[in-house]
Amino acid sequence: MKTFVEWIKNALLEVQEYLRLVSQVGRALVSRPFYGRDVVQQLDLIGVGSLTVVLLTGLFTGMVLALQSGMTLDQFGARSIVGRLVSATMVKELGPVLTALMVTGRVGSGIAAELGSMVVTDQIAALRALGTDPIRKLVLPRVIAGTVMVPVLTVVSNGVGMLGGMIISVTQLRVAASIYWSNVVDGLYMADIWMGLIKPVVLGFALVSIGCHVGLRTKGGTQGVGRATTNAVVTGSVAVLVLDFLITKLLISVLY
Amino acid sequence: MTVPIDTPRASEAPGPTAPREDTSPDGPPLVDGEVPVIAFDRVTLAFDDNVVLQDISFTLLPGRMKVFLGASGSGKSTILRLVLGLLRPDAGRIWVLGERVDVMPEADLMAVRSQVGMIFQDGALFDSLTVRENVGYRLFQEGDVPEDEADARVDEVLGFVGLSAFADRMPSALSGGQRRRVAIARAMAARPRMLLYDEPTTGLDPITAMTVDQEIVKVRDLEGASGLLVTHQLRDAFFVATHEAVRGPDQAVQFVPASAERLARTEFVMLKQGGIAFEGTVDALRRTEDAYLRAFLS
Repeated sequence: MKTFVEWIKNALLEVQEYLRLVSQVGRALVSRPFYGRDVVQQLDLIGVGSLTVVLLTGLFTGMVLALQSGMTLDQFGARSIVGRLVSATMVKELGPVLTALMVTGRVGSGIAAELGSMVVTDQIAALRALGTDPIRKLVLPRVIAGTVMVPVLTVVSNGVGMLGGMIISVTQLRVAASIYWSNVVDGLYMADIWMGLIKPVVLGFALVSIGCHVGLRTKGGTQGVGRATTNAVVTGSVAVLVLDFLITKLLISVLY
Repeated sequence: MTVPIDTPRASEAPGPTAPREDTSPDGPPLVDGEVPVIAFDRVTLAFDDNVVLQDISFTLLPGRMKVFLGASGSGKSTILRLVLGLLRPDAGRIWVLGERVDVMPEADLMAVRSQVGMIFQDGALFDSLTVRENVGYRLFQEGDVPEDEADARVDEVLGFVGLSAFADRMPSALSGGQRRRVAIARAMAARPRMLLYDEPTTGLDPITAMTVDQEIVKVRDLEGASGLLVTHQLRDAFFVATHEAVRGPDQAVQFVPASAERLARTEFVMLKQGGIAFEGTVDALRRTEDAYLRAFLS
């Protein structure tokens, strides 16, 4: 019982500290100094650096989606509308979630490991000693980059996913490319586009801020850095899935 | 709250921390009419049930150095972190350069920290920056110094610690001793009024440790910066206390036995079980009859 109470207390403490970090990021966003060069550097590291993994994920997801849905649609003689299914699924759900999960694995873990190493080697303390606020210098640029680049990567992933779906539709399902693309456009409504753009903004912010929070709370030397990296991926991934559900529910009630 | 202070360098009044002449409710206590650069007043700090510091009081006058000795876990490094406001005390008051840092908001502390340099135990150099970028960090990132002036200052301090040839290397390509010297260069680049050394020679071989000791003496005597040195390396502590750096006729730096006046400007503080067990000059420490101190010194 005592262990359970301790666990609850620790969980609440983590949530409190996370919210405190988020509020500090908010304050840093609207006050000086602002480290613009670090923002550009992080946009490159998070955005361009994640492009390969996101392209591959999007491509193969679109391809497998076309394959699987083609088989199911065949049962109803509706193979020609496979494009509608691929586009709606990619834009509304799989594009944002899979991109966020891939970025969590690549970027969230990297941020936690980098900041965690800086904590255990006193580099964060050295930053503060040199008169630099680590939130402004390290956290804010990463959060901005994550919030901006995850939606961009999601759009790229969606596009490549639809392209992958087309390749399978044409080569395996024998659906003409023109019919496929016509269905892709028909299957999308403005509400879907909004959902596909709003979700990754929230997910990008969450996964990067969680990586920063876990990294800055690292304790216990190099072993602690390993733990922090694992925690960042696990917590970030779970947060992505939970937030995806909550945002979907909210947006359905607002947009549709 | 700001207590205006002038910046006198070492005065003619040597000796152990003098008793307080005045303690105003807002300002730091005056010692021999001087405003100390650091003043601790009954500072207590505990981590959970572990009391690290208990009612610690001391002062550091401008241009002086205090060497903190003590066993591992005696709270030596904690004192440096309290000075910089990286930790907050549970009780007591701390003034640094006339400012109450124990109650100061983090944003305001940046101004105080900009006048203090700290050398962390393992250097704490930024892995992703070159030696030049590390040394000039404060000038390039936080200051409004023109770039050519900042570059010139970086070259100057790298020359001071004898590492000009290493400016473009990454910290991972340096030896332990070189990393500590770069850390000293980084701390002094922005011409701080005070330097804090956290175990700067721990883990170094005696010859490399000596080069670091010499840098500490040079910064104190040639740059005139006040300092707190935390160490449990007695040989290094005594070297710093008993030597002074002077420039020879050819401007080369020489290390000679300290004059009586210089000797008195460096004091030792021995921490034991969260309190101060001894405070005084090197001669007083050598003469002590305290059994714990004798055991520590042996």
